[in-house]
Amino acid sequence: MAILIDENTKAIVQGITGYQGSFHTQRMLSYGTKIVGGVTPGKEGESVHGVPVFNTVKSAVDETGANASIIFVPPAFACDAVFEAVDSGIKLVVCITEGIPVHDELRMYWKVKEKNAVLIGPNCPGVISPGKSHLGIMPFEIFSEGNVGIISRSGTLTYQIAYNLTSMGIGQSTVIGIGGDRIIGSDFIELLKMFERDDETELVVLVGEIGGTDEENAAEFISAEFSKPVVGYIAGITAPPGKRMGHAGAIIEGGKGTAESKIKALEDAEVRVGKTPYEVAKIVKEQIKG
Amino acid sequence: MKLYEYQAKQIFSEHGIRTPAGRIAFTAEEVKKIAEEFGAVVLKSQVLVGGRGKAGGIKKTETPDEAYSKAKELLKMEIKGLKVEKILVEEKLDIEREMYAGITLDRGNKGIVIILSSVGGMDIEEIAAKHPDRIAKKVINPIWGLQDYQIRELLYESGMPREYFKDVFSILKTLYRIFIKYEAELTEINPLVVTRDGAIYAADARLNIDDSSLYRNREMAEKREISGSDLEKEAEKKGINYVKLDGNIGVIANGAGMSMATMDLIYLEGGKPANFLDIGGGASSELVKTSINLILSDPSVKVIFINIFGGITRCDVVAEGLVNAFSEMDVKTPVVLRLSGTNEEQGRKIISEFLKNNPGKLIPVTTMEEGAKKAVELAGGV
Repeated sequence: MAILIDENTKAIVQGITGYQGSFHTQRMLSYGTKIVGGVTPGKEGESVHGVPVFNTVKSAVDETGANASIIFVPPAFACDAVFEAVDSGIKLVVCITEGIPVHDELRMYWKVKEKNAVLIGPNCPGVISPGKSHLGIMPFEIFSEGNVGIISRSGTLTYQIAYNLTSMGIGQSTVIGIGGDRIIGSDFIELLKMFERDDETELVVLVGEIGGTDEENAAEFISAEFSKPVVGYIAGITAPPGKRMGHAGAIIEGGKGTAESKIKALEDAEVRVGKTPYEVAKIVKEQIKG
Repeated sequence: MKLYEYQAKQIFSEHGIRTPAGRIAFTAEEVKKIAEEFGAVVLKSQVLVGGRGKAGGIKKTETPDEAYSKAKELLKMEIKGLKVEKILVEEKLDIEREMYAGITLDRGNKGIVIILSSVGGMDIEEIAAKHPDRIAKKVINPIWGLQDYQIRELLYESGMPREYFKDVFSILKTLYRIFIKYEAELTEINPLVVTRDGAIYAADARLNIDDSSLYRNREMAEKREISGSDLEKEAEKKGINYVKLDGNIGVIANGAGMSMATMDLIYLEGGKPANFLDIGGGASSELVKTSINLILSDPSVKVIFINIFGGITRCDVVAEGLVNAFSEMDVKTPVVLRLSGTNEEQGRKIISEFLKNNPGKLIPVTTMEEGAKKAVELAGGV
């Protein structure tokens, strides 16, 4: 099974003719992802790595039957690209673009919700269901097939943890980078719900960081409704308040969003929290054996 | 981007929210001139940091001479590391009552939250703790916008005296309009004051604008000043994500999460990180050089820990970048290097080849934990 994407996912790439779009299209194709079309207005008829380019998402969907989209367009056009995707019937949108105005992100969120679609990101590394499909910009070489789900606000930390897991012989069902911005399309809870229903997933790793209260909310959900074991990691114990740590969303504001508060909430929900990425992998190994 | 109080007040005033009469001054002479015109004035240091009142950055004066001498004092001051370079000189209001109004992003609800309190003058967390029955908040769906009934609920639930309903109603409407128009992350009037003659003023003003929206808001983009410590300003000019901390172990890592995790690990091993620095995915030799120089311009740094996970940019490519950077630099500070991920073996080989000809230039380690331990040891503990 896996969640969000699998071997049946047929995706288009919005912004396929740009440098990033083209580079990652080739990588996704090489992984076996079914990229059936691309969209760049004015470039219909061209092809990128053998993938046909369309002027609009609507014509791409009509011609190819695509059900997912990955967006690489610049920040000024990203909100419009998300609207175009869901209005054309796309049900899963992965938005890689970084630097989208936060008021646009609010509009994107509610638009996607109105259409009963799912938005991953923005400002995220995407999704991978190892061995099946990869819709994103991840170094897929380090992942392996298995039964651990990962939901993460950080790209490199996800890779580090997946790498540790893979080298211990533990594979992953689906790995999702949900993005580092303040307003994101899918948070921990929405994805935990999907993992709950996924037979292939035995355990979920939740990688959080300072800022907001998504981790605290997730902890509440886990203790009330989530039946599978969860292992956590929170970055930013040493982050000073009021300073943005790289990600737009990684900031402690008005005393809220500290690593301590998140770790405590997770531990109260009986989630074991690793102090380092390596320790996370070790705990997963113990829990899976048990 | 944070606007200065005087800039935010100008915007408020243009949109019909009453603000005290005032002007901005850069020298004590200018302050005196304005005071000669207004009489009793309030001198307000313009710095982009909260808590300036408690830090002594606001002075009340009765005469132009007093204004002159107090302005001299203020212009010598530093508030939380920021020099006072501008003073807002305002008419003194005859204050009867202080209240609060604010609008900010609501991450959890993917919306906007509006807060009204019939008491003010302290920060919002303090109001919420001390007067929970005098504060009300509403979540606004950004698609539908602020509704009139929500304002009415705020007025009733905050215990707002009836006689201020009409004015506060229109202030909240305007404040929301400003929040949307300027693509704000936060706007706040604290205190919102009522004077003895019953007029309502924005006695202070905050307006923080989303940096990502500045490309379509030229008027604001032109007002932007880079803030932070000198090192942070330097980093921002070079496009590096850098935050100065107070430890002695310099950190370079790739990715925001990885950089924080590296800082945390140093702390867990008993050391103190000197900074946050996210070098991004590429770690080209140019970027490595700039980052090292940046970190070394902080005199407290005793050791540098470079912690890179090679993803799409493979370890061998990162290793080439590092080797190029270090062969062109003469770094006296010890540098601990941990490099793992895609093509780890090839990366390590390149580093060990380099070290054959340049012994001791880098101290390679295999794991993050080992690297942090080594860095703390070299820094001589805390």
